[in-house]
Amino acid sequence: MVLYFLKRAALTIPTFFALMFLTFAAIRLVPGDPVEVRVGERGISPERLAQFRHELGLDQPVWKQFFDYVWALLHGDFGTSVVTNEKVLTEFFTLFPATVELSLSAILFAVMIGVPAGAIAAVKRGSWYDQTLMSISVVGFSMPIFWWGLLLIMLVAERLHLTPVSGRIDLIKFYFEPVTGFMLIDSVLSGQKGALLDALHHLVLPVIVLGTVPLATIARMTRSSMLEVLGEDYVRTARAKGLSPFRVIGLHALRNALIPVVTVIGLSVGSSMAGAVLTETIFSWPGVGKWLIEAIGRRDYPALQGGVMLISAIVISVNLLVDVIYGVINPRIRHGR
Amino acid sequence: MALLDIRNLSVSFATRSGAFRAVDSVDVVVDSNEVLGIVGESGSGKSVAMLAVMGLLPWTATVTADAMTFDGRDLRTLGTRERRRIIGRDIAMIFQEPMSSLNPCFTVGFQIGETLKTHLHMDKPARRARTLELLEQVGITDPERRLSAFPHQLSGGMSQRIMIAMAIACRPKLLIADEPSTALDVTIQAQILDLLVALRRDTGMALVLITHDMGVIAETAEQVVVQYAGRQVEQSPTRELFRDPHHPYTFGLLAALPERATGRRLPAIAGVVPGQFDKLPGCTFAPRCPHASDLCHSQVPPRAPARLGKALCWTPLVNGVPQHSAVAS
Ligand SMILES: Nc1ncnc2c1ncn2[C@@H]1O[C@H](COP(=O)(O)OP(=O)(O)OP(=O)(O)O)[C@@H](O)[C@H]1O
Ligand SMILES: [Mg+2]
Repeated sequence: MVLYFLKRAALTIPTFFALMFLTFAAIRLVPGDPVEVRVGERGISPERLAQFRHELGLDQPVWKQFFDYVWALLHGDFGTSVVTNEKVLTEFFTLFPATVELSLSAILFAVMIGVPAGAIAAVKRGSWYDQTLMSISVVGFSMPIFWWGLLLIMLVAERLHLTPVSGRIDLIKFYFEPVTGFMLIDSVLSGQKGALLDALHHLVLPVIVLGTVPLATIARMTRSSMLEVLGEDYVRTARAKGLSPFRVIGLHALRNALIPVVTVIGLSVGSSMAGAVLTETIFSWPGVGKWLIEAIGRRDYPALQGGVMLISAIVISVNLLVDVIYGVINPRIRHGR
Repeated sequence: MALLDIRNLSVSFATRSGAFRAVDSVDVVVDSNEVLGIVGESGSGKSVAMLAVMGLLPWTATVTADAMTFDGRDLRTLGTRERRRIIGRDIAMIFQEPMSSLNPCFTVGFQIGETLKTHLHMDKPARRARTLELLEQVGITDPERRLSAFPHQLSGGMSQRIMIAMAIACRPKLLIADEPSTALDVTIQAQILDLLVALRRDTGMALVLITHDMGVIAETAEQVVVQYAGRQVEQSPTRELFRDPHHPYTFGLLAALPERATGRRLPAIAGVVPGQFDKLPGCTFAPRCPHASDLCHSQVPPRAPARLGKALCWTPLVNGVPQHSAVAS
């Protein structure tokens, strides 16, 4: 098991090198560079331009730039933003909790609804409920996030005034210094009345938008996995023991059905962090996704390269963790081989 | 009064191609502490009949019976909740495939303990003690260690022993063993059967043993029911059945036993079991029966009296010779 894990971990090393190359290349393929963006259309003297370029290392040959970048990365140096002059690592981890809060809430939402919904659909397969749920999940699965987000804002926030339009908390009513960076926790720590409720209120729409695709995936996966398990001999054994249907389905069947679903859930955590880029932009959610989009606009090479590398590293680690959890919940892997 | 008394049990499944009758007018009577053997080829409805008793058939199944009582209680009118109080406790069942019948996600200790908790409401230390006792009773060595084992760590024979331990946990009055040894290799088969017989002797429970092995019947059962294509073709005490089989199918089964064969080749029953889609108006065994007449092919035979093994036949055999007058009387 430990060996297996180490092997899996080692396999990610080439992935990181490929990533470094891809992010480096992709960014440079976009027209414009940080200096041009900063200078704007006013124009400056060629000498000043050359000096700027030199400061940022952009006058070096591309291969040299790449080599310097990899070298720095290997030393844990993710660079300094050319716009804010802050360390990329610092900026990233200041904003990261907001993204984590959003993605984890979205996955939690997807799991809490998707697993029971899928399990019930399997038990009542072919029924009206099952067919409706599966049709809805096809729609959810292929929902264009941007359109869905705008639609919800228009309907729920603008027309019905049920939720705020954007942000993490009402900054006029509540102000406190971030402690953990997680708004739900900080709002409690601040001791201000109603702060937690307001933070939750702000979270509702983004969570629905980001959670829709994982919700559909998890519901479908749970259903198909559950259908398979319900026909197993051990489910019949459980019923032959005289257990209640709730225990037979909710414990004996579901426990087995969830093994493949956990993998899907884990992978959704990773993909929802990536998916947060869109959702954060729609809802002005101050996380790393929104920050990356802004970095593109400013051609902030170090921020982009560093940010993408960090997100990728985190997604890869999460997927590795999923492997471990899979082993823990599946006794056949835990004690085998 | 019999412990399990089932009269005229029929089970049909709703399928895409219409209703399919898997069990057709079967009577099963089991007295306390009796061993009843049910034999028949694959697909003859042995499992389905017993699953009907347990109430474990899927919703596509329709069960009808003139009587279906267990320990004086009518199983037909029993609510699902009351039924759940009986199954797993007073009637228990073990299955053909021991390896897949245990839940791969839970330990042996948990799975046995769950039965004790559900029916006897034992607390944790009591469950543990009783589980160890049960494991010892079914011949598991090193029971302490096996408590925390997962099913994939067990062999087939060991899994079946665990299944048996689980089934007898609440000291049932009736244990239904559905081909408990078919999936195991020969030496283990004998061990499992010996274990069941010994447990029956020690605990005084009744045993329904489903098998397609006549040899197993000869060694263990007191009463035998022979099933063919969903129908019960013969029923009598084991000794009499082996001495003088009355239905041609039973006759064929016994003649096919290696120890009874006289010639150099084993005699076999020619032909195959009718399938789900063969609609036979008369006797279902007629196409394979050496004595079949036109009558046999066109009309369902009546049941012969008990002295002729209640054989479902127009011309029951006596000492291997068809009796044409037997049914008319
Ligand atoms: N859920 C079901 N739906 C439809 N038909 C079924 C179902 N379960 C069993 N049958 C059919 O009922 C018939 C009897 O099956 P059963 O399992 O009782 O046979 P069996 O005598 O136990 O055979 P074996 O020795 O193979 O276990 C078979 O033809 C089978 O296909
Ligand atoms: Mg069977």
